[in-house]
Amino acid sequence: MTAPGATAVATAQFDPGATWRLHPQVALRPEPFGALLYHFGTRKLSFLKNTVIVAVVRSLGEHDSVRDALRAHGIDENAERPYLHALRTLADSHMIVPA
Amino acid sequence: MTSLLEPPVTSAPPKVGRLVDQFEKGLDAPICLTWELTYACNLSCVHCLSSSGKRDPRELSTEQCKAIIDELQRMQVFYVNIGGGEPTVRSDFWELVDYATEHQVGVKFSTNGVRIDKKVAARLAASDYVDVQISLDGATAEVNDAVRGPGSFAMAVRALENLSEAGFRDAKISVVVTRENVDQLDEFKALADKYGATLRITRLRPSGRAVDVWDDLHPTHEQQRQLYDWLVAHGEGVLTGDSFFHLSAFGGEGGGSLPGLNLCGAGRVVCLIDPVGDVYACPFAIHDNFHAGNILTDGGFASVWKNSELFRQLREPQSAGACSSCNFFDACRGGCMAAKFFTGLPMDGPDPECVQGYGQSALEGERTVPQSSVDHSRTGKRAERRTPQAPVPLTLLTKPPAKFCDENPLAGL
Repeated sequence: MTAPGATAVATAQFDPGATWRLHPQVALRPEPFGALLYHFGTRKLSFLKNTVIVAVVRSLGEHDSVRDALRAHGIDENAERPYLHALRTLADSHMIVPA
Repeated sequence: MTSLLEPPVTSAPPKVGRLVDQFEKGLDAPICLTWELTYACNLSCVHCLSSSGKRDPRELSTEQCKAIIDELQRMQVFYVNIGGGEPTVRSDFWELVDYATEHQVGVKFSTNGVRIDKKVAARLAASDYVDVQISLDGATAEVNDAVRGPGSFAMAVRALENLSEAGFRDAKISVVVTRENVDQLDEFKALADKYGATLRITRLRPSGRAVDVWDDLHPTHEQQRQLYDWLVAHGEGVLTGDSFFHLSAFGGEGGGSLPGLNLCGAGRVVCLIDPVGDVYACPFAIHDNFHAGNILTDGGFASVWKNSELFRQLREPQSAGACSSCNFFDACRGGCMAAKFFTGLPMDGPDPECVQGYGQSALEGERTVPQSSVDHSRTGKRAERRTPQAPVPLTLLTKPPAKFCDENPLAGL
C-alpha cells in the first residue's frame, strides 16, 4: 500500500503549526480498525488505521494547530512523528485542507 | 462495465495489522458497489458479464431504486458503479443519478455512449459528482466492433468527442483487456490523452456471455507478462480497478509491484445489485451460487449485506487448498473466484490465468463449465451469441415488457 499522492513539493506545504480541517467534500466513515475517508471531488479513498488518528482528524478544526490537536489526544512530541506523517499524506491528497 | 477499488491512499500510524486482513473479514457496509440498473441493452457484446439484452419485467421501479439509495446513504456507501445492460436507456436514469448525488452517494456510470449526445454531455459537464466510463474494447473500429458490434466504436468515440467538447473533464475509457487488444494499450492511452480522458483497463472474466468466448479471447500467458510489464512501466495514471491482482506474482514472492489491495473484495468490501434487486457477491458472479439474497424479499440491502449466509462464509478465512504450498500465494491469494468458477475450476485451486502456469494445467484437466443461471441475451444460440449484432435502436424504456419471454426485445416499448 502506497501513498501515490505524496511528493516532496506538496509535503512542504503542510504546516503542523496551522489549523487544518477535513475537506468539505470528504466523508468519514468509522470502522472497527479506524475509518475510511472518501473525497467526492477527487474520488480518492483513504484509510485511517487506528481510532486515535480518527479522533485527531475529526478534531483538527477545533484546534489552533495540528500540534494542539495531537496534544489534546495525548500524543506528545516523542510520539507525534507517525501522526504528522499520516496527516501530511492526507494534506497531500487534499483530504484535509487549511482551515 | 464495472469497477472495484482504485488504488487507495493510506495513512498508517501505529500499525494495527494489515488492512487486507481487516478487509478479508468484511466491513459493516461496502465501500462501493456495482449496481446494474437494467438488463436491457442496445448492444450484444460477446463478452457481456451480465448476459444483457432484454429488459427484465421485474426491473426495480424508480421508487424502489430511490429506497435503495436512501439505504446506501445511511450505510455511508461512498459511491455506486452504475452499469447494466445500458443504464442510460432507463427513462428515470438521470433522475436516479441526481437522487444519488443529492444523497451523498457518488455515481460512476458505465455506458456504451448511445445517449451521450451534446446536450447530455453539457449536463454532465455541469456536475461535480458524476463520473462517466465509456466502454471500448479496441483502439480501432476493427478490433472493437468484432467484440462489441458494428458501429459501436463510432458510437463510443462520438460520446468521447461530445464530452470533451462540452468541457467534461476526466472521462474514463474503460477497456477489457483481450488477446486481440492487448497490443493496443499504447493506442488506448493515446486515445484517452486525445480526449482528456483517463484510461481504465480491467481483466476479462469468463462471466456472463464471456463464458462462451473466454477460451479464445483471454490473453495468452505471454500476453499476461506483456500486460504486467506495461502496467509496471505505464501504470501511473492508468486505472485498473485492482483487477489484475492475479498478475502480482510476476513481481516475485510477496508481489507488491502493482498498486492496490490485491484482494478479492467479493462480499467483503464490494458486491453487486442487479436490476431486479438480487444481490450477488461481485459483478462477475451473476449466478445462483453467488446469490446472497434479494433486497425486496430479504428485508433490504443492509440486511442482505449483514446476514447473507454466503457473505458470512466469504468473510471466513478461505482455504488456499492446492495453492497453499505455492510461494507466491501471498502475492495473488489464489486469484479470482469468478474466474475459477466460470471455467469449471475448483474454488480452492489456482486461478485459470495463474502466472505460475498451474491454471493452464488445471484447464487441460477434466472440468465442467457451469451453465448460466441468469441470462437476458436476445439469443440463446451459441454461434449467434459469439457474433455481436448491430445496435438495436432502443427507445427510452418507460414500462416493462408484457411478459418475461417476449421474443422481441422491443416488445411493448
